[in-house]
Amino acid sequence: MAAVTETLDTVQSVTQSGYKWGFETTIEMDFAPKGLNEDIIRLISARKEEPEWMLEWRLKAYAAWLTMTEPRWARVDHPPIDYQDLHYYAAPKKKAGPKSLDEVDPELLKMYEKLGIPLKERAILAGVDPDTVENTQIAVDAVFDSVSVATTFQATLRKAGVIFCPISEAVREHPELVKQYLGTVVPTADNFFAALNSAVFTDGSFVYIPKGVRCPMELSTYFRINARNTGQFERTLIIAAEGAHVSYLEGCTAPQRDENQLHAAVVELVALDDATIKYSTVQNWYPGDANGKGGIYNFVTKRGACRGARSKISWTQVETGSAITWKYPSCVLLGEDSVGEFYSVAVTNNHQQADTGTKMIHVGKGSRSTIISKGISAGHSNNTYRGLVKMLPSASNARNHTQCDSLLIGDQSGAHTVPYIESRNLTAKVEHEATTSKIADDQLFYCRQRGLSEEDAVGLIVNGFCKDVLKELPMEFAVEAQKLLAVSLEGSVG
Amino acid sequence: MLDIRGLTASIGDKPILKGIDLTVPAGEVHAIMGPNGSGKSTLGYVLSGREDYTVTGGSATFNGADILAMEPEQRAAAGVFLAFQAPIELPGVNNANFLRTALNAIRRAHGESELDAVQFLKLARAETKRLAMPDDMLKRNVNVGFSGGEKKRNEVLQMAILRPKLAILDETDSGLDIDALKIVADGVNALRGPEFSALVITHHQRLLDHLVPNRVHVLAHGRIVRTGGPELAKELEKSGYAGLIAEAA
Repeated sequence: MAAVTETLDTVQSVTQSGYKWGFETTIEMDFAPKGLNEDIIRLISARKEEPEWMLEWRLKAYAAWLTMTEPRWARVDHPPIDYQDLHYYAAPKKKAGPKSLDEVDPELLKMYEKLGIPLKERAILAGVDPDTVENTQIAVDAVFDSVSVATTFQATLRKAGVIFCPISEAVREHPELVKQYLGTVVPTADNFFAALNSAVFTDGSFVYIPKGVRCPMELSTYFRINARNTGQFERTLIIAAEGAHVSYLEGCTAPQRDENQLHAAVVELVALDDATIKYSTVQNWYPGDANGKGGIYNFVTKRGACRGARSKISWTQVETGSAITWKYPSCVLLGEDSVGEFYSVAVTNNHQQADTGTKMIHVGKGSRSTIISKGISAGHSNNTYRGLVKMLPSASNARNHTQCDSLLIGDQSGAHTVPYIESRNLTAKVEHEATTSKIADDQLFYCRQRGLSEEDAVGLIVNGFCKDVLKELPMEFAVEAQKLLAVSLEGSVG
Repeated sequence: MLDIRGLTASIGDKPILKGIDLTVPAGEVHAIMGPNGSGKSTLGYVLSGREDYTVTGGSATFNGADILAMEPEQRAAAGVFLAFQAPIELPGVNNANFLRTALNAIRRAHGESELDAVQFLKLARAETKRLAMPDDMLKRNVNVGFSGGEKKRNEVLQMAILRPKLAILDETDSGLDIDALKIVADGVNALRGPEFSALVITHHQRLLDHLVPNRVHVLAHGRIVRTGGPELAKELEKSGYAGLIAEAA
């Protein structure tokens, strides 16, 4: 009997799309009417109890957006998006934002538990030395559709002087900081999707690490799109003051649906003198089914400014989800001897399309950047690396090293590498290496001869291929990411 | 016991094995010799399930089970191990992790508990020590940047850790110096026992000095043309294959 159940489970797990986060949570929602106009923006701003300046900022962005058109240069293809057919605000019904975890809807807590995101600050390790416990704790901000539902460990962080809160709260509680930095890295009219986000962003995280502080724990935001026909437009702003240090991780999932959903986020990072920001992403939005139906359109602008001398910003991303990924986490290296890093694994399977890479803009003397990109294409998917390395005349002795590797699985997928290099300083050095390989039949046979199943063999080979990037992830997430890679490629061979 | 009856196999339209009859009783080590292109490696690949080859007739059973009907990983779980003539590189895949995954897959298939990293390392270190191999062999990526000799030794290490019931060594000795040759022979000798059989494909008599086979078979043009005791290998070393092939043609 048990054997039969096990077989059924195995068959099911192999034949289904492999997306294990596709469930929907039934919860009473408060929606804004469909469509986008000034009234909707006023409504969002009012729901968030925003000051007047914030509303003006949004309206200015909206005016700019109206004059812009969608970018067409990426190697992605999709039917036109009807921006009037979306809800721009959806929130679980509740009087105001929850003041403490006790006020959070138990249905929501259950959902996050199902996703493996710990929202309860349980004293599970009672009796253990609190100093060692501290290191393994992760503070989480959970964003459900348009609102942040819970931010954990706020008190512990406050003691260290760290501000970690929903951005809507920051607008109200820390207006001076938000005013000083918001839109300074990604201006409101930077591009079509950034302008849209600036007009309608609903929530996201705000982080401020004061001078000389090393953030005592990993910070993490978990994004979940749940509601139907709803766009998610979160905005994240992280500031590391002089000598500050922070590691931040974002995760994302969405229910399995037949229609496409739009996600257009903006992330801005600011690092002052000697500050370090490490930003890791495990992006696992619903990718659509095996025939390319449904899935998230992921149009994201992420940029960091290394404003201070010796400042460092490091992006690590593992992109396995979304029907379309359009995303170029970038670094503007203004400070002398500042450092920018981009480590990326992008996996596409079935009919997914990814056009992703980075921009490293070298302005400061002696600035350095490293790009390691690993693209894996399976099924009928297309995977493009698109990257810009720019050395401005002021960037004396700046250096860049780029390594782009593509791995093809099967013979129906595509891998494309589009590097742009512009150097206007003779002392700057730019290196670019690229390889393309296929999982060879003899590699698969070798693994299977040793006893591994074909799927395990692919998982092992792909994880080996991505090792240089995966080792950059915080420990807790590296294991998750490895499993995710294997799941994303289920059914890609044979 | 490995029992092969009238086995024929081809690659594309080209027949390679033209009717192999061969029995290797449990506990015995048999050597397969023969000129290049006679089908020795093909026999190893067909028994281990490589997809490029099509079995066109005959049968092969191991301990009564029809191995030709199994997937390669099922054959591995049944105890079949092929030491590759040209071991494959797996970039970024750590040797220890690879071997632990393989060993645990086999253990799972037998309903045995999986080994955790600590238990596995203990076992693996004991084997590397016994085979006089450096510990860093386990830390390196599978066959990447290995010299020819190191790759062959890594095959022997894998065999020692996976403990197969039927080992097929495809010219594991070629290109090795005397010391490395002894390691290969020791690897097989250590596994010898009433439950273990081996097919050792080789060109050279010198391996068989360290690894004395129960029987020696000569393969030519896809058929076994002669079978004898260990002395047959010595005879071939002197007179070559020419006479035998002429006889078979």
